[in-house]
Amino acid sequence: MTNILIALVLILLIATLVQVLRVSELLSELKNQDVNEVTNKDNATQSRILLIVGTLFLGSVVWQFVNWIPLMLPPASSVHGAVIDSLMQFTMLLIIFVFFITQPLLFWYGYKYNKSKENPIAFFYPHNNKLEVIWTVVPSIVLTAVILYGLSAWDKITNADTTDSQIIELYAKQFDWTARYAGEDNTLGFSNYKLVKGPNQLGVDLTDVFAQDDVVIKEVHLAVNKPVLLKMRSRDVIHSAFLPHFRVQMNCVPGMITQFAFTPTQTTAEMKIQEGEDFEFVLLCNKICGAAHYNMQMKFVVETEEEYTAWMASQKTVNNTLTKKQ
Amino acid sequence: MSDHHKETFLNKYVFSLDHKMIAKQFLITGMLMGIIGMLMSILFRLQLSNPGESFAVLEWFLGSKWAPGGILDPNMYLSLVTMHGTILVFWVLTAGLTGTFANFLIPLQIGARDMASGFLNMLSYWFFFVATVVLLCSLFVETGPASAGWTIYPPLSALPQAIPGSGLGQDLWLVAIALFIVSSLLGGLNYIVTILNLRTKGMSMSRLPLTMWAILITAILGVLSFPVLLSAALLLIFDRSFGTSFYLSDIIIGGETLHNTGGSPVLFEHLFWFLGHPEVYIILLPSLGIVSEVMSVNSRKPIFGYKAMVGAMLAIAFLSFVVWGHHMFITGMDPFLGSVFTFTTLLIAIPSAVKVFNYLATLWKGSIRFTPAMLFTIGFVSTFLTGGLTGLILGDSALDINVHDTYFVVGHFHIVMGLSAIYGMFSGVYHWFPKMYGRMMNKKLGYLHFWVTFISAYGVFFPMHFLGLAGLPRRYYTNSAFPMFDGLSDINEIITFFAIIGGLVQLVFVFNFFYSIFKGTKASSNPWKANTLEWTTPIERIHGNWPGEIPEVYRWPYDYSKPGADEDFIMQTEPLKEGEIEH
Repeated sequence: MTNILIALVLILLIATLVQVLRVSELLSELKNQDVNEVTNKDNATQSRILLIVGTLFLGSVVWQFVNWIPLMLPPASSVHGAVIDSLMQFTMLLIIFVFFITQPLLFWYGYKYNKSKENPIAFFYPHNNKLEVIWTVVPSIVLTAVILYGLSAWDKITNADTTDSQIIELYAKQFDWTARYAGEDNTLGFSNYKLVKGPNQLGVDLTDVFAQDDVVIKEVHLAVNKPVLLKMRSRDVIHSAFLPHFRVQMNCVPGMITQFAFTPTQTTAEMKIQEGEDFEFVLLCNKICGAAHYNMQMKFVVETEEEYTAWMASQKTVNNTLTKKQ
Repeated sequence: MSDHHKETFLNKYVFSLDHKMIAKQFLITGMLMGIIGMLMSILFRLQLSNPGESFAVLEWFLGSKWAPGGILDPNMYLSLVTMHGTILVFWVLTAGLTGTFANFLIPLQIGARDMASGFLNMLSYWFFFVATVVLLCSLFVETGPASAGWTIYPPLSALPQAIPGSGLGQDLWLVAIALFIVSSLLGGLNYIVTILNLRTKGMSMSRLPLTMWAILITAILGVLSFPVLLSAALLLIFDRSFGTSFYLSDIIIGGETLHNTGGSPVLFEHLFWFLGHPEVYIILLPSLGIVSEVMSVNSRKPIFGYKAMVGAMLAIAFLSFVVWGHHMFITGMDPFLGSVFTFTTLLIAIPSAVKVFNYLATLWKGSIRFTPAMLFTIGFVSTFLTGGLTGLILGDSALDINVHDTYFVVGHFHIVMGLSAIYGMFSGVYHWFPKMYGRMMNKKLGYLHFWVTFISAYGVFFPMHFLGLAGLPRRYYTNSAFPMFDGLSDINEIITFFAIIGGLVQLVFVFNFFYSIFKGTKASSNPWKANTLEWTTPIERIHGNWPGEIPEVYRWPYDYSKPGADEDFIMQTEPLKEGEIEH
């Protein structure tokens, strides 16, 4: 019943609108003018609206920056993250600069050059090679700087020296994460998806000597300022290991091993002081992976060297858990 | 051509060979799909701003299976996101936009009786129509429509065990897209051949309107890149149905260990984005062309730097083939390739900057007539600028690490290609409506449509950049699972509010469109006082376009406000005066 009523109301509304339009058009036909002819009066009104809406838009952009910057991610908690943050700052300033020059120009030109008594005829100006060369060359130079800066940052991030890095494997599946520490030998034991069985959820080869000291856990602990190399695997579909506070992201792809190296620079305790008691470093899945994609997470804890060593000592190795049970 | 067959209802309105009718078929199908796609986005926006709340409208549209008690099911959320993307990218902004304006404008603007092959052209529409029917059917299958994202990355899209949408829904999606590609290739080849071969006397390439250049380049891009997507889709069909391992390796799903080894999902990503990136420009270029044309006509001024505009489009088109890897910086692709793709990607900013400056120079000292079409071109320049600038962040591999797949990306591409392209499309509809239907669209409703759209579209997509900078991933059913995103609910509510307003005002456009077809005021044959050939045709639609000889062309299309002329426009058919220099 309500649906029918809603439909009736809609039909009536449309019918009214049609009649209103017809009346306005008939009236203007009587006055011998075309209702849809764009007049100088329209130009004046529309160009004014353009100026007002344009100004409001630019104002709202400023408002958004002022109000929402505090909601953004805190400064990076990793060494390479600081490099990314300064590149971001540089690019952002450049963008804001260009934005606040070109957008006002657009709205202003639209307003100023509307067809009117003062401005009845346009200036015939098909091209100016000198101008065009200038606005090709200037962006080229600026972009060269952006590209060089960006590539040097990318090189630092992807070619980081990982010889002393602690190796940790992140294993993704629908819809959770598991981590495996490489242990004292810092070498991950061999694994194969066909070995996944019972409690051996990562498919670790239990006969491999390198596997014996590996530690499988559900919450990653890291020592501050100690380099880490994450190796990623996936069991089923593509996932993406996203650690926004560390500026780390890499896809986990079934059938291949991907990696990302970083060094945390702040402990969870330090971050709690800055960002509030609720703060935690967290690993998210950032590649659509199924129904519970939105809730695929794992906690990361960064602590001092001593705390970390104590925590590690309390963990059980593969030898203690999986191998013995076999 | 004047001795063509008798017109019956069936061959006039349904199986028409007339390019003008085929254009209208594309336009109206595109509009219908646009409404469906937009409705989907409003449905999932409701869930994003009010997670877990019950909305009767959700149950009304989706039924008690996909929205039990008015609460959206997570799988259906992903299906809606996937179908919204697919419909808007392919059905509205590729077929709806190019199909409409390429078909309508090519013969009219180059001076031809019809397309090179009217029959292929008709087939192009009907393949598109069947593709549409198949895609819409997938909405009603038991396991739901495709839900692996519009980019359908395997293994998620390959394994029904991974997500219900990857069952029959995904099969239908793949069949629909294959039919769509056939349609697009038939159309594209036709556009290229027609523009190159059927230009009237005097219509040299350097006298082509920029719309024609844009459509020519778009068609070349499509013909070169769509077959790659077709092959990617075929291999995926093989993996899904015939046990091959092109994209699958080392997988355990739903407790079952699959036999597939040696395949790579990254291969699919390469194939997909080899189309996917040119596709962005397939969407954008026609709008760049339309905007150049409409802006020049309504500024009463030649487009500034015609040659630079053509050069910039060619540069963008060429570069678009060597940048696909910027969608894949963090897929595990060799970091060296990442450097190469960063370099090529950021280069695109140069021709794009040239275009923006040329548009500004076109407005400068113009005598701007504010038609609704003109307003949309100004909107286009604004969104093209805003979205282009944030591209500097996403194209830079180092910066992409932390904003990849976040709402920053969603904001960026909706502004730079979604809004820009749709503004170009609206601009084109308002501008060429009098030629399509012989009547004018209502001006006041046009103004209302533009302003509310402009404000609400920025209201939807600008705040998304901030969500992304806060680290919020896209395609999350809700962000309430992470305390770090708790502060973002206000932003989400603002976005949904503007999405609903922006969605509703499109109904004003739809109303205006259909009202004006039947009741609009009668148009004169050249209501905008424009120079190009389509405005020399009679108001009455005739198959063959010109009743007598096809007119001959003597000058470029942008002689507006030329000193020494009697009026502020000189049509292309007007011979040069004695001693007059061609621009």
